[in-house]
Amino acid sequence: MNGSLARSMTTTSETPTQNGPAAAVTPFPAKVQIRDVGFYYGKFHALKNVSLSLRDRRVTAFIGPSGCGKSTLLRILNRIYELYPGQVATGEVLVDGQNILAPGLDLNLVRAKIGMVFQKPTPFPMSIHDNIAFGIKLYERLSKSELDDRVESALRRAALWDEVKDKLRQSGLGLSGGQQQRLCIARAIAVQPEILLLDEPASALDPISTQRIEELITELKSDYCIAIVTHNMQQAARSSDYTAFMYLGELVEFDETERIFTHPRERRTEDYITGRFG
Amino acid sequence: MEIYTQRRLANYVVVGLSLAATAFGLLFLVFVLGTLLKNGVGALSLTLFTQATPPPGSQGGLMNAILGSLAMTVIATLVGTPTGILAGTFLAEYAHGSRLGELVRFINDILLSAPSIIIGLFVYSIMVVPMGHFSAWAGSVALAIIMIPVIVRTTEDMLNLVPNTLREAAAALGAPKWKIVVTVTYRSAIQGMLTGVLLAVARISGETAPLLFTALNNQFSSSNLNAPMANLPVVIFQFAMSPYVDWQALAWAGALLITAAILVLNVGARLFASWSGLEK
Repeated sequence: MNGSLARSMTTTSETPTQNGPAAAVTPFPAKVQIRDVGFYYGKFHALKNVSLSLRDRRVTAFIGPSGCGKSTLLRILNRIYELYPGQVATGEVLVDGQNILAPGLDLNLVRAKIGMVFQKPTPFPMSIHDNIAFGIKLYERLSKSELDDRVESALRRAALWDEVKDKLRQSGLGLSGGQQQRLCIARAIAVQPEILLLDEPASALDPISTQRIEELITELKSDYCIAIVTHNMQQAARSSDYTAFMYLGELVEFDETERIFTHPRERRTEDYITGRFG
Repeated sequence: MEIYTQRRLANYVVVGLSLAATAFGLLFLVFVLGTLLKNGVGALSLTLFTQATPPPGSQGGLMNAILGSLAMTVIATLVGTPTGILAGTFLAEYAHGSRLGELVRFINDILLSAPSIIIGLFVYSIMVVPMGHFSAWAGSVALAIIMIPVIVRTTEDMLNLVPNTLREAAAALGAPKWKIVVTVTYRSAIQGMLTGVLLAVARISGETAPLLFTALNNQFSSSNLNAPMANLPVVIFQFAMSPYVDWQALAWAGALLITAAILVLNVGARLFASWSGLEK
């Protein structure tokens, strides 16, 4: 469509870090540009004028108290909210310069580029192999051996292969919670997306599984643009490069994670990360 | 302390009343089953399955009625299952919040509680009267109409139990809606849906009123679906009301057979549900 026009806009970054020294040297271009995005659940105005950019091959964390709109924002980025009537997003979300909120877009092709992992593990009621193959087969016609290779590489990438290689034909529901979540990550990356959306991916898991997921996120960021919603401040501090603090549907502060956690500019940010509310 | 004593007392009273009500209900169930066994077991024999219904005073069995019931139940199930599952799928997956969905659900609920004699009368007027004769087809249609709302309801309920996050996960991979329904949602709900079908089969296998108006009865074994066909419920109805002792005995035997078949279907549905549940 107007790809070339839009693509040229990607060079003009609009993040708050734009003027900081860090932005000048960063080799990571903005992959997703969120511009003036609002969101309505029916009449309820859940998000107001949110603008920020997600950089490629970086991890951006969304933090904030419950109901602040961080999950809502994530759910706009692949338009998954559209499964439900009465939910409307306004504004623009540019992915590689293309506005994915525009009408008339092939939604399934948008979603193929943008993988998502949810709070509770969501293995499909089928074998481990078929869970991974499900997404691949939506887009590609592969021979059995090619498919098996792709399943294996996705499982390896998600650090799950060694644990499941002898039981690929068993149900994915038989895995532990942490394994199920890594299965879901493997399923998402098997489709070869460019962006990964993680909606509190570790909040239902035990500490050891959580640690593995965090390690995995750090590993995966060399290939993907990652956005993660988390309730866990330490997790945001540990595994993200940028952090957006949201409150009551507004983006309060967005900066490099280190700055947010050491020198927040806003009083509300400081209060939240020091545990004074939330 | 006084409040605590009162609460304990109230607890005893309510538990006691609940137990009494349960016992009252169970008593009649046991009574029914006992009568059935007492009168039916004596009439059981192999000839039930090998001979057709006899004229009064001679030897016979229930073969034509058993085969007729089976044939009409199978046809009704073949028609009713896909219709019911598709309609239930529409309600659960596609009709959220829509006017049409609410209308369909409302009509289905009415159909679910409609007296079966009215459905028999309806099929009588739209099929038997125009065709000029009773037929097994009409019987099958009446049974299917009774079956469909049961399956619609169970299918919708079972699909609604599938967590939305599963649908979201499949949609997030870029799967089209029909693919999500067929490969993810159905798979999650399949045992509940099949249990619903089995229960619907159990429900229609004892229906009498709709068959009286449609398939009626037949003295002989018949494979002609365009003609009246014998079936267990109507045979039981006619034979039990007759003054002939051997007919009455056959009626008891038929009643026992139906009850046993429904029991097997229900237990089967339950076993099936728990067996599939274990696979998780």
